[in-house]
Amino acid sequence: MSSLFDLVISGLATGAIYALVAIGFTLLWQTSQTINFAQGEFAMLPAFLMLAVGRTGAPFWLAIILGALLSVAILGIAFKKLLVDPMLRHGVLPLAIATMALSVAMKESVKQFFSAEAQPFPSIAPSGSVSIFGSEVSLQSFGVFAFGLAAVIGLNLFLERTSTGRQMQAAAQNPTVARIVGVPVERMIMLTFVINAALVALASLLVTPIYLAKFSSGETLGQAAFIAAIVGGFNQVRGAIIGGLAIGVLDNLAAAYVSTQYRAAVSLALLIVIILFRPEGLVGRSEERTV
Amino acid sequence: MTRAHRLLAIAIGAGVVAALVFAPLSLNRYGLYILSLWSVMSIAAIGLNLTLGYAGQVSLAQGAFVGIGAYAAAIMTVDGLPLSLAVATAVALCFVVGWLLGYPALRVQHHYLAFVTLAFSTLAFLVFRNEEWLTNGVYGISGVPRPHIFGLSTTPPLRFYYLCLFTLGVVTLACWRLVRSPWGRAFVALRENPMRALSLGVDTRRYTLMAFAIGSALGGLAGALYAPLAEFVDPTSFTLSLSLNLLMMVIIGGSGFFFGPYLGAMTAVLLPEWLRIAEGYYLIVYALLVMGLLIYSPTGILGILDRYLRDRSAKAASALHAAAGASLPDETAS
Repeated sequence: MSSLFDLVISGLATGAIYALVAIGFTLLWQTSQTINFAQGEFAMLPAFLMLAVGRTGAPFWLAIILGALLSVAILGIAFKKLLVDPMLRHGVLPLAIATMALSVAMKESVKQFFSAEAQPFPSIAPSGSVSIFGSEVSLQSFGVFAFGLAAVIGLNLFLERTSTGRQMQAAAQNPTVARIVGVPVERMIMLTFVINAALVALASLLVTPIYLAKFSSGETLGQAAFIAAIVGGFNQVRGAIIGGLAIGVLDNLAAAYVSTQYRAAVSLALLIVIILFRPEGLVGRSEERTV
Repeated sequence: MTRAHRLLAIAIGAGVVAALVFAPLSLNRYGLYILSLWSVMSIAAIGLNLTLGYAGQVSLAQGAFVGIGAYAAAIMTVDGLPLSLAVATAVALCFVVGWLLGYPALRVQHHYLAFVTLAFSTLAFLVFRNEEWLTNGVYGISGVPRPHIFGLSTTPPLRFYYLCLFTLGVVTLACWRLVRSPWGRAFVALRENPMRALSLGVDTRRYTLMAFAIGSALGGLAGALYAPLAEFVDPTSFTLSLSLNLLMMVIIGGSGFFFGPYLGAMTAVLLPEWLRIAEGYYLIVYALLVMGLLIYSPTGILGILDRYLRDRSAKAASALHAAAGASLPDETAS
């Protein structure tokens, strides 16, 4: 069995990826009450788009850039315009169901048009390992964690410090007032969809070298991100970060110390406890309860 | 509803029942299986429609109750106990568990409730998969027998289909009574405005728990029929995707419409089969159709009909207004 330290480090690496996916999830909820059940598949598709571009003979770096741009166009702009906009005013549930259908469509499309087999995916982090405090930590885990954390901190700075970021927050918290004081609410909402697409593209790029590119790989990732978002606080970007890291580490520790069979149960039990006793999440603000 | 409308409704109802009774006579084994599955899923969706459509409590756990019912029936009938006893146990068990699952609904609502029930669903799956002493783990329980009714074996697919259809009929009648009873009205009051319901003396606490318990019990009943229908149960049949699928059936059919679950189950069970001509692409086509439908009518299939009827009666009313002058009281809108 690997040492506690190793487990925590690799848990943090996975957690950083969960956090990336979870942040997008909470952003969509905050700005447009979209519960995106296809979020896991959103993090699966970009890797395939990159592979598809790569098959045309483009160099790897170009494939990454073009794949990410395609992701933003499809998962950000097209998703918002074609699916979310027509359904938004009809409540949360029909749209949630539509995103479930979307996840089926995405999985099946990848299976049909690309491959049902798992595809290898080159890593952007160097291989090998470094020694920290006397234990070997793989550079890949380290790189994933560093990349994920940098993106998350960058996003947080953008939201807190820049004018656009603050306008986005205003649009999310109170669209009516935001509109009155001159925030272009529609554009801000579109921006969150674009940011979500960029985040899942990054998550896809980081996670796929570890688990291979497979049409079904979004399922576990989506559920973990979902739990992370709620545990941390559904209405807070900060919450999603803490939730992601916590679930990543907890899941790893549960697998090692509880049982591999019930490892998923630990985070789910945490989810239930959190919702019942602290529904606003670990660091979230309490949301006004609809009676 | 006018006399002509009522006659039309009775004629359509009789036609549908006749089709469900006589059309399967010409179906092969697989066709009968699919149609039986439709009846079973309809029962589960009716239960969820009570919880969600009428009482307004979001549940992503209906698939878990179908699983609990199916495992209860499989374990008991494989041990040689009669299916009737297994059905009673499954329904009672799901009623109690559903009642308990209702408690979180007293604390949290809407999407939070969805997440709690979602977690429950996944936990139930883990229990099905891991408690090998009870459920035989990933291998599942095979050889679930079909029952004898009045000494008549229901092993032939046609006879078992009639058993499913009969059960669906009984559930339909019971629910028809329920939604028109004071209970049904209390459920709707709970959905529309819980605060006002409470101030009018509706015991919202009890009805919330009841909405969960009754809906879940119907899920258990569906499961208890599913086990002998498939003659095999394993954990993969009762993952979260079954719960999501059942939720989709309710929404697609038309949440809160009495006949919504039947149409929703038809869409979810039969439509993919009809689309098999599209071969490998059939699930893609299916998913795109579902999205298209929801974009066109977020209130589901019956929402389209409802909108059409309302438009027509509104038009008729305004035509009448125009003819008789604005002083005429509006009587046609009802």
